[in-house]
Amino acid sequence: MSLNESPPLPEGLVAVVKKDCPTCELIIPVLIGLGKETQLTVFTQDDPDFPAGIDDRQFDEELAFSWHHNIETVPTLLAVEEGKEVSRTVGWSRSNWESLTKTPGLGRDLPDQRPGCGSLSVDPSISPDLELRFGGSSITARRVEFAALEDTHEALFDRGWTDGLPVVPPTEARVAAMLKGTTRSPEEVVASIPPDLAPCTVEKVAINAVMAGCRPEYLPVVLAGVAAVCTQTFNMHGLLATTMPHAPVLIVNGPIAEQIGMNSGNNVLGQGNRANSTIGRAVQLVIRNVGGGRPGEVDRAAFGSPGKVGFCFAERENDSPWPPISTMYGFPAGTNTVLAFPGEAPRNLVDQLSRDPDSLARTYAANLISIQHPKLILGFDAILAVAPDHSRVFRESGWSREQLAERINELTVRPGHELVRGAGNIPEGIPEGVEDSYLPKFRENGLHIVHCGGAAGLFSAIIGGWVNGEMGSDPVCVEITP
Amino acid sequence: MTKVLDPTNEATPADIPRAARPETLDGLTVGLLDISKPRGDRFLDRIEERLVERGLRVERFRKPTFTKPAPVDLRHEIATKCDVVIEALAD
Repeated sequence: MSLNESPPLPEGLVAVVKKDCPTCELIIPVLIGLGKETQLTVFTQDDPDFPAGIDDRQFDEELAFSWHHNIETVPTLLAVEEGKEVSRTVGWSRSNWESLTKTPGLGRDLPDQRPGCGSLSVDPSISPDLELRFGGSSITARRVEFAALEDTHEALFDRGWTDGLPVVPPTEARVAAMLKGTTRSPEEVVASIPPDLAPCTVEKVAINAVMAGCRPEYLPVVLAGVAAVCTQTFNMHGLLATTMPHAPVLIVNGPIAEQIGMNSGNNVLGQGNRANSTIGRAVQLVIRNVGGGRPGEVDRAAFGSPGKVGFCFAERENDSPWPPISTMYGFPAGTNTVLAFPGEAPRNLVDQLSRDPDSLARTYAANLISIQHPKLILGFDAILAVAPDHSRVFRESGWSREQLAERINELTVRPGHELVRGAGNIPEGIPEGVEDSYLPKFRENGLHIVHCGGAAGLFSAIIGGWVNGEMGSDPVCVEITP
Repeated sequence: MTKVLDPTNEATPADIPRAARPETLDGLTVGLLDISKPRGDRFLDRIEERLVERGLRVERFRKPTFTKPAPVDLRHEIATKCDVVIEALAD
């Protein structure tokens, strides 16, 4: 019989137990009694001599029986007729056992019920291996063997598969476990990854997500992030190839952020949270490994930024004065989304004295004007990340996100003659011909106001954008699907 | 022994041979491709002057934006009209 075939079910009653389970110990007398009266087979997971006193006992040492018959709890009792399971009960419940076995008066000395224990076959430390051994692998990626004397971590660096930090070796068992994080098929193509425009499957994303350190439940967010950046609109190719330092900044909205333990509070743009740190990194590793986008090759950034290792965080929705940022892109609040923004490193912005919304808007405008160059306007978007100590002012005064953005835009308006090339003795600037116009810093909807950060600190932060529009990149927001 | 899964696209890059270098530019048409970086046109204007002085035919082309690969039609047009091409990367 091959490992992928399900072991046959013996006729009559079948019990699955392990010695390391007090409920299984408790019901030994019941099993012995049933064994005398009916046809009973007991499968034991951890000790071939357990339970004593049972004639028809089989040692499920490889856990093949338990795995193939989906045993999640011990004890499990099955009724089998003509080779087919007709009913099952888990744990100990006198009434359930009596009804399944059609035998009254079972275990009179026992409590009415006791929950069982976890089956060894679903133990998280071994179930991925069982999945591979008995389930057969649908993974098609090339297997790469390292020699016995090769250090695995060094070998992964040597092959150029890392971003300079260590990666988790993507073994088949780990990738199979990662793929459990999505309902999507491993062979489904997610996107063409620049610069090589290589088709990338769910499986390849999963391999890189393992390497980045993701947990399986992060995978849907990584998949959405990859899909968002690899669009014509986002133009990952240009963002990678530019000499500017920008990279995808991923902002997660919706209940999934909390479900997978993302950080939207203290140190939100920093280190220390596994989901924040690894989701953005997984997207970057996909671009590096599947797309072939490597620094010094197609990646021509003069400076780059620490965010190019990976830059991902969640919006602080629970006490935000505004609806989720994803609503700017037409998604109803409560939708799980990833917003990809082409951003540079964040910069802190201090205003510890303003207590009214207009003075805060003035502080924001004064700082936002300097993005890329104070004389370059309309060509760059920005994220304005507002922390709770600042957002309280807007909540208390009832300022909407749109109202704040509009006021900031008004405050950034400057005369064209100050902005054109040569003005202020600086050749850099916008082309001549607009000297008599008055122009704002940002295009319509260029400013992305996001609520995040720790509860203490009268600060906000700015993340400057890359060239926007047709010749650069526009932010892209996509829904996260399971 | 550790066995891992290949995280790359597993595609061996197609080996595209470089076109043969001409011995001389005499009698050839030279394409000048401006990738739309600021002042690239000034560089190419000067190159054009020098090539025309030498009696060469010159064709000018321009990419819509330097941030994206040249459109396939433009690449085809250059390949059809020119024997060699000079591309300006400038700032």
